[in-house]
Amino acid sequence: MRGCVPRSRVILAAAVWLAAALPAAAAPQRVVSMNLCSDQLAMMLAAPGQLISVSSLAQDPRMSPMAEQAAAHTPNHGRAEEIYLMRPDLVIAGTYTPAATVAMLRRLGIRVETPPPAESFAAIRTEITRMGALLGREAAARDLLARFDADLDAARSPSRRGRAALYYANGFTSGPETLAGAILEAAGFDNIAADYGIATTTALPMELLVMARPDRLITGAKWPGQSQGEAILDHPALAALTPDGRHVTDRDWICGTPFVTRAIRSLE
Amino acid sequence: MVLRLSHLSVTRRNRPVLHGVSLSLGPGEFVGLIGPNGAGKSSLMEAALGLIPFTGTSSLAALPAERRARHAAYLPQAREIAWPVSVEDLVALGRIPWPGGGRSGADRAAVDAAIARMGLEAFRKRTALRLSGGEQNRALIARALAQDTPLLIADEPIAGLDPAQQLACLRLFRDLAAEGRTVLASIHDLGLAARFCTRLVLLADGHVLADGTADAVLRDDLLRRAFGITVRRVDTPDGPAILPV
Amino acid sequence: MRGLFAALSLLVAALVLASLLTGPAGLPAMDSLRALILGGEGPLPIVMREIRLPRAILGAAVGAGLGLTGAALQGYLRNPLAEPGLIGISGMAALGAVIAIQTGLSLMAALALPLAALAGAAVGVALLVALAGPRGGSVTLILAGVAISALAGAGTSLVLNLSPNPYAANEIVFWLMGSLADRSMLHLGLALPPMALGAALVLSTRRALDALTLGEAAAQALGLSTAALRWRLVAGTALIVGPATAVAGAIGFVGLVVPHVLRPFVGSRPSALLPASALGGAALLLAADIAVRLIVPDRDLKLGVLTAIVGAPLFLHLIWKTRSGGRV
Repeated sequence: MRGCVPRSRVILAAAVWLAAALPAAAAPQRVVSMNLCSDQLAMMLAAPGQLISVSSLAQDPRMSPMAEQAAAHTPNHGRAEEIYLMRPDLVIAGTYTPAATVAMLRRLGIRVETPPPAESFAAIRTEITRMGALLGREAAARDLLARFDADLDAARSPSRRGRAALYYANGFTSGPETLAGAILEAAGFDNIAADYGIATTTALPMELLVMARPDRLITGAKWPGQSQGEAILDHPALAALTPDGRHVTDRDWICGTPFVTRAIRSLE
Repeated sequence: MVLRLSHLSVTRRNRPVLHGVSLSLGPGEFVGLIGPNGAGKSSLMEAALGLIPFTGTSSLAALPAERRARHAAYLPQAREIAWPVSVEDLVALGRIPWPGGGRSGADRAAVDAAIARMGLEAFRKRTALRLSGGEQNRALIARALAQDTPLLIADEPIAGLDPAQQLACLRLFRDLAAEGRTVLASIHDLGLAARFCTRLVLLADGHVLADGTADAVLRDDLLRRAFGITVRRVDTPDGPAILPV
Repeated sequence: MRGLFAALSLLVAALVLASLLTGPAGLPAMDSLRALILGGEGPLPIVMREIRLPRAILGAAVGAGLGLTGAALQGYLRNPLAEPGLIGISGMAALGAVIAIQTGLSLMAALALPLAALAGAAVGVALLVALAGPRGGSVTLILAGVAISALAGAGTSLVLNLSPNPYAANEIVFWLMGSLADRSMLHLGLALPPMALGAALVLSTRRALDALTLGEAAAQALGLSTAALRWRLVAGTALIVGPATAVAGAIGFVGLVVPHVLRPFVGSRPSALLPASALGGAALLLAADIAVRLIVPDRDLKLGVLTAIVGAPLFLHLIWKTRSGGRV
């Protein structure tokens, strides 16, 4: 291969020129992301200066693994008015963005895309590709995809490690068809939610959780301030169930991004 | 003395309503408190019982709460029965100041006697609120009798009653006095007051204008000063009839 | 009368048992009870002792407290429309609890939670007694209650919305409607002692409440001190409703329905109605808590939803009767 370098350089240069020249005409130049998950993919893939604003959540280190990069961008708070005043040519929202905000931006003539949240590794791959296409950064997307595939292969546990339960505020759990469920599965755990036919994220009565006798309990992170919903995680029954402590999910678990491989490794 | 009031003064909403009233009641007296509206009759009774703030002294109000309740029973002007309790339970409320709390033998005997005296045997188990006004009034008087006190203080006990009920009520009070108890009642009907009370006290503008027998109190000049009216007095074989003119 | 108390006690005992045996896990009854009493290995004793037992006891205690305070407030105000939930006392308790939680006071000292709720309830009941005291009519009572409830609800929403915690804002429903789901022995330990003290205070007013049947003046002449009565009632109600709300949220209508249903059985005497309403309240809340688990086993249906469905029509009926001048 080494002998081919000069020629490949030429081809690469041509490809870069093509990528820059042809889609550049169509590629958006002022992109605003208003969704924590699209914020991260956009920051990974955007050309310098292309992404002008990310959501304020992306700057919160509790929720965002890219808080430092996000600090370099102007934050937005998901309001149509402030986003319109940024004069974007592409807004990336999400399926959970309030419909009124999306409709208002579209009425003002702004292109708004609403990618769905990625709830599986396959969906993460789709979203990386989609983001690459939206930003006109297909090559960067292909690179990221290759790195993600390699990381995921390395992070996957080769052996089964037992049964685990996901438990969040208000007594919610996540089944296999969720991102957290996929992380659990990849880390080699059997999800007890499947015992009760739970595929997505839904409430699980605490006594069913206890009766399932998980080997490992993975709970949601606590937020500052207190809430009755999170108080359930302090219930003595949970302490009695898994006396050796528990694992707490963090910012790597929230979004379908390549950071999920870190979440998988954290369960080792 | 069953009740001794001296220099009793009461102020309500910054307005003096009773000015240094002194009054003593002995056993066997049925004292009729007469006077125009606003003369201070209700305030006098409430102050005597210690229900409202006053200056001066009341032998009754000076007693500790429980002993006071065993000394004087009170029939307020508002005949209130808040819940649909039975006549029997209503009368038994009169036993609250006594040690048995309504359940001892003495309590039951007092309740039975009061019910019998007011002719309420047939209504014992009936709901007091479903009785007629006159019957309710009898039940409330029975409640006061069950309290078994030497003194009964009644604020306008015959107001709103039909003539037969008025007579029955005043006869009862006269009988109680004859038995040695003391009754203090405010009465608007001067003729009935003159017929049944052993003594009348005329109150006007917070002062005692006259105190004594009916003849001594129901004088034209006193009544004119108290009520601002003249009355025509007709003596009948059953007592004086008094007509305002 | 003795029959009524025996029947109510049996009903409460049966419902406690039913509550212990009701749950989404569908555990075998005999095994469950054995695990509850004898303990043992595995998850069954944890479920019975740490999850179902506190829920059953708390259901009985909170229900009893609400029934008792409802009967006592009705006796004091001489108005069948009085009830801690409807007239804003529970709402003020919830506000106190939410403030304790969101300021972090409850983290510093566990007792801060019931105490703050108690303070809230005390402000609520004192405001109410001042506004609609024994001489106030039904209209005053209801209007005062509406105002206090609205204020408490708005304050609760405000505090929860200002919280940095993303879950807090969704908790308004819990504080307004109440739930016993996943309460633990810790909650029980916080709530029961003050509630027991409050119950003793409220029950000590029985004879005074009887005397009040004749009106305030006649009751005073029977040797009752209205100031002492008011103090005991305000303190007792706050001691019961505050901690109960701190752990179970505001549950309405229990204190309205239970005294109304039981009043004819005790000859309307407040002194007998108080203990009867405590038992009846325990039975009603346990039944409602069993029902929420049977109707939608996989969701946390709030208790207040059921009690309101039963209680609100009765409330309207009572207003209708008061309106037409009739007595209860």
